[in-house]
Amino acid sequence: MTRRRIAWQALILAGLALLGWLLVDTTASRLQERGIRSGFDFLLEPAGFALGESLLPFEASDSTLRAFAAGLLNTLRVALPGAVLAVLIGVIVGFGRLADNPLVRGLATAFVNGVRNVPLLLHLLAWYFILTDLLPAADSALPLAPGVFLSKSGLALPWWGEAGWEVPVPAGFGIDGGARLTPEYLAMLIGLSLYAAAYIAETLRGAVQALPPGQRLSALALGMTPRQAFTLVLLPQAWRAALPPVTSQLLNLFKNASLAVAIGYPDLVSVAGTSLNQTGRAIECLAVVIAVYLLLSLLAAALSHGLERRGLRGAPA
Amino acid sequence: MLRLHPGRLAGALILALLTASAPALAGKTLDAIKAKGQIACGVSTGVIGFSAADSQGQWKGLDVDVCKAIAAAVLGDPNKVRWVPLSSQQRFTAIQSGEVDILSRNTTWSLTRDAALGLHFAGVSYYDGQGFLIPKKLKVTSAKQLKNAEVCVQSGTTTEKNLADYARAQGIKLKPVVFDKFEASIKAFFSGRCQAYTTDASALAFIRSKEAPVPDDYLVLPEIISKEPLGPAVRRGDDEWFAIVKWTLNALIEAEELGITQARVDSLKAAPDPAVQRFLGVGEDLGKSLGLDREWAARAVKAVGNYGEIFNRNVGADSPLKLPRGLNAQWNKGGILYAQPLR
Repeated sequence: MTRRRIAWQALILAGLALLGWLLVDTTASRLQERGIRSGFDFLLEPAGFALGESLLPFEASDSTLRAFAAGLLNTLRVALPGAVLAVLIGVIVGFGRLADNPLVRGLATAFVNGVRNVPLLLHLLAWYFILTDLLPAADSALPLAPGVFLSKSGLALPWWGEAGWEVPVPAGFGIDGGARLTPEYLAMLIGLSLYAAAYIAETLRGAVQALPPGQRLSALALGMTPRQAFTLVLLPQAWRAALPPVTSQLLNLFKNASLAVAIGYPDLVSVAGTSLNQTGRAIECLAVVIAVYLLLSLLAAALSHGLERRGLRGAPA
Repeated sequence: MLRLHPGRLAGALILALLTASAPALAGKTLDAIKAKGQIACGVSTGVIGFSAADSQGQWKGLDVDVCKAIAAAVLGDPNKVRWVPLSSQQRFTAIQSGEVDILSRNTTWSLTRDAALGLHFAGVSYYDGQGFLIPKKLKVTSAKQLKNAEVCVQSGTTTEKNLADYARAQGIKLKPVVFDKFEASIKAFFSGRCQAYTTDASALAFIRSKEAPVPDDYLVLPEIISKEPLGPAVRRGDDEWFAIVKWTLNALIEAEELGITQARVDSLKAAPDPAVQRFLGVGEDLGKSLGLDREWAARAVKAVGNYGEIFNRNVGADSPLKLPRGLNAQWNKGGILYAQPLR
């Protein structure tokens, strides 16, 4: 019986492998038949296009591979702080949803319903156009503090640059020197983290409400404030049940960062789209993006499983 | 338009694999078109003057008229066209896989595209070039003064590369802000996010006159930073079909040179000029070599007019775009339009 089962499974596995090989082989031979160049050699050729912003120094003469890396870094630059913000806001709103104060509860409910029921793309576009419409033009930037300027070109901050510590100064069309958080970046960060926060808040509320009511009552009876009861008693217990769905939300946040090109943020997908158009290597560019997303998502999922297995004692992350 | 969401990427990949395993139609495009009674023409998702659906859902534009002319020449009816709107990311896959028979979608003819994408460009239907639109209040008169400027761009064309090339050649820094949708890129520019907007000059004129809150506050800079010869393309592997598309385009241009207009197609059949007679199928039969009948070129012009009429109606003097003929005038009228002779 078991031997037969193993034979069947081996057969199915072999069938799948054959199917996969057939797909790759047919595609490659058809591409060749039609005179379409294929292969990944273009990754080492000069990209030929510039990026609006990049953590990795990037010039048009750098390789396409470096452009992909810069795009990935841009994705992570918005996804990682976005994840931290989403969890923080999610915990606060989740607490608000359970508050005794009707005003706080009402506001938290309104936030969750308002944010959760509008498509994310609209969130991003709305935040982006609010930022670019409301802020002053780059040549008349708003000085918030010495060396800190806010304008349509973004938030300019003092930061380490090529010439050491740089303080932004108005110059030419905009602000020169220091670091820049562009409106594209800010809109992505705000939009993504608020959207994920609404879901996380609901997950936490559900997890807390699933705990026996005695937990909260006992904590209050011991003289804890409602906030202490939430952070010291309820949240650590609820967190364990909430971790898998919260991980899913954070992975969604990471994948949703691929909407960035809608508002002009040069993330991995935006860079892949541009390279695709320059080189015509559609399948290759898409394969790179899929592989990167898959790899990083699996990595994050493995990390979360590790946390679950260790039982996650103590305070929330 | 296609947004490159990972889920859709996977879908597109699978689709590409599936369509790639369909049998090749080498040499059979014309037969297949006649059997279907319809030409599948890949157009844009909406570029006014070139290919855009009007309020009644009718496709209009210079690229559209090229497809209509071919339908008239091949099938005898300019309306026997199935319009397939394609995003700039989709367009090459659509022509490669055989989803469309012609790609007539303001596509620049370049070496990479011609040699590496399994396409043949059948000619040039519009000579364009990339330029800059800026707000007048910047007090800039040349693109060379755009040092450190941020430039709004729509992705999916050769535009980003040209911009980077120009910046490198001039030794200035230009920061692109790349959007996937035309509307978002325009909105960002007019809200003041970027100091300049760049795309093909033909589109800049339209954007300034139709999209700007106050057109007079904006200025198209004199520099043209790239050559953008736009033209229809077909799939490789069917030389007969390639020849039909190439010579229909040539016929539209030749018709203008010979003075054959939409209104005069029939009356000119009695004209003494042998070139006109050949063109209209009264003299020797040019259609036979293409696998068509002798009146193919006459039908094409009767359906959409000659190149000059197509130009004026869609992008020139009689259109909202009001673009000058410029490079797109005939070779003997100061332009570089030069049809290979129909003989």
